Amino acid sequence: MLNWTLALPEIVLGVSGLFILLGGVIPKKESFFPVSMAVIGALILAAVLVLGQGEGTAFLGQYVADNFSRFAKVLILLGAALGLLLALDFNEKAGLGRFEYPVLMLFATLGMMVMVSANDLMSLYIGLELLSLSLYVIAAFDRDNPRSAEAGLKYFVLGALASGLLLYGASLVYGFAGTTNFDRLADALSGDDVGTGVVVGLVFVLAGLAFKVSAVPFHMWTPDVYEGAPTPVTAFFATAPKVAAIALLMHVLIGPFGDLSAQWMQVIWVCSAGSMILGAFAAIGQRNIKRLMAYSSIGHVGYALMGLAVANDTGYRGVLVYMAIYVVMNLGTFAVLIAMRRRGRALEQVEDLAGLGKTDPAMALWMAVFMFSMAGIPPLAGFFGKLYVFLAAVQGGFWTLAVIGIVTSVIASYYYLRIVKVMYFDAAPDGALDARPASLTVVMASTGLLTLLFFLFPAALIGAAQVAVASLAG
Amino acid sequence: MIAAAAFYLFAAVLIAAAVMVVTSRNPVHSVLFLILAFFNAAALFLLAGAEFLAMILVIVYVGAVAVLFLFVVMMLDVDFAKLREGFQRYAPVGGVVGAILLLELLLVFGTWQFASDAAGFRLNPAPAGVDNTRALGRILYTDFVWLFQLSGLILLVAMIGAIVLTLRGKTSTKRQDIAKQVARSGSVNLRQPALGAGLGAIGIERPPVEPPPGEKPRQVEHAGHGHDHGHGGHH
Repeated sequence: MLNWTLALPEIVLGVSGLFILLGGVIPKKESFFPVSMAVIGALILAAVLVLGQGEGTAFLGQYVADNFSRFAKVLILLGAALGLLLALDFNEKAGLGRFEYPVLMLFATLGMMVMVSANDLMSLYIGLELLSLSLYVIAAFDRDNPRSAEAGLKYFVLGALASGLLLYGASLVYGFAGTTNFDRLADALSGDDVGTGVVVGLVFVLAGLAFKVSAVPFHMWTPDVYEGAPTPVTAFFATAPKVAAIALLMHVLIGPFGDLSAQWMQVIWVCSAGSMILGAFAAIGQRNIKRLMAYSSIGHVGYALMGLAVANDTGYRGVLVYMAIYVVMNLGTFAVLIAMRRRGRALEQVEDLAGLGKTDPAMALWMAVFMFSMAGIPPLAGFFGKLYVFLAAVQGGFWTLAVIGIVTSVIASYYYLRIVKVMYFDAAPDGALDARPASLTVVMASTGLLTLLFFLFPAALIGAAQVAVASLAG
Repeated sequence: MIAAAAFYLFAAVLIAAAVMVVTSRNPVHSVLFLILAFFNAAALFLLAGAEFLAMILVIVYVGAVAVLFLFVVMMLDVDFAKLREGFQRYAPVGGVVGAILLLELLLVFGTWQFASDAAGFRLNPAPAGVDNTRALGRILYTDFVWLFQLSGLILLVAMIGAIVLTLRGKTSTKRQDIAKQVARSGSVNLRQPALGAGLGAIGIERPPVEPPPGEKPRQVEHAGHGHDHGHGGHH
């Protein structure tokens, strides 16, 4: 039967989004702050509902709730709520304090939840489109800034292309397998003689999804969009949607296409190695810190995909742990980037951090923690993220991939450590940064503590990831 | 028999109307023929037993789309004579392209083979006792209600996006402010003229004469001058 109560978190989030939209439109004066608070409240409510959600399928098999989707959804909701917190002060100062921003973020989050709960190619596409459409708009949210408009347009055009690829692949899969439902696809594709058509369709679906996670060779949009979009938007792009897209990729590959793993492992292998290499080398020359973070995120996706390329439970668990740690580190880093503001002007260059160690020791300390963690230096959280995927790769016999990963993370640590060097050893050219708002301090300190103290309680996250993977593969 | 006759009648009118849409010189006539074509297509749907599609065709295409076309044709000053200018020049190329397409279509239809059970799928009737409106409703609002509602949300997001990226305050729109209109004074004088006296006796009333245009700019200039002085004083 329909069993619609299973989808309560999504339904509640969607309906509260409609009411919040109404509440934002009616008042005459601008209502950015209260609407943002209401959206954060709705996200927290949805997270509580997700934690209490049962398991099973709903809507005639179009929707599935299990431990895997729960893990991904909690991570997505956390990322979205903190991402909105990052935008509060920045948007007011940049003149972007319009109530549509939090509402669009809410609908983007809803799209992500639908994506990770998709059990049908159609609900996958609808969720992805709801997410993408909201992201296109908020990328161009600073509409009077040509760079932001360019970012939005570029993302829109390339995103439409990726959606086209995905749909084409989905239509091939449907044509050759006769169903779009994941469970029935898994049955249809379990035999030995799977037609070439399905494999071609799978490759197109993979290409569409690789675009969304910005894996090489579908990464070209990332640096420009990350640089052009307002910084809180970039922070949002780099966190929650990445988790959602990686989770969706895992769900699609392991669920319906699980028996074709010999086919997709090669594709993921190439994407992973390419992303790690590009992420390590292309970021070296970047002066703009948002561009640098774009290449860094491409590299991180490469490491996460390494766990997927291994195609066993250890690898999948490594991916989930990696993405959770990645989200936390990235949110913290972007909190620092958003706080970079001197005499009211937002700054984006690496040199603008010079002398931060003296002028704002607390922020410099958190930034150093995030940078060391991203470089993968023990005992910070980033080290454990890398450790689990590398372990999985080595155990699975993927020596080449593991060696590429280790070499590229050594190379990548150059540009992370350069930021630490600029903060502590370069003289401040221009005086201190402006005082940062409390909301950024909260995000910085909470994510910083999580990154710093992760080694004390790794079991909680790893256990949750283990349970999630068990429900996916079982 | 009657059904067959009706089919041929509607089909013939449909084709004739479609030809007229393309060939008629006056764009407004084209749109009117388009509406005729839509009505006949709706009638064909009715004959095929798809009453819901027929009604949707009338409501959506005639009611909204065709009226929008008509509106656009009348509002926009499109010079159709100019659009047709290159007709003679491009006709051979267009003809060749059309001929190739026709040839290909003939090839496709010549070699087309239906799967043996395709007819069964194609004429898949709604379950007995369920009319097709109800069957469609079941699919949209029960089987696929999740996707249907989410598609609605996608459209809502598209709408929000269009508004948020283009709407600029209210500075450019002029609104009627009735209170301001009523409170306005000086432009209208009420008086009681003597009975029988025409315009010749009282003359035409005009609003108080504004100061000659030369006066105002000088004042502004003066103010600007003073401001300059003040500014200089700060330095």
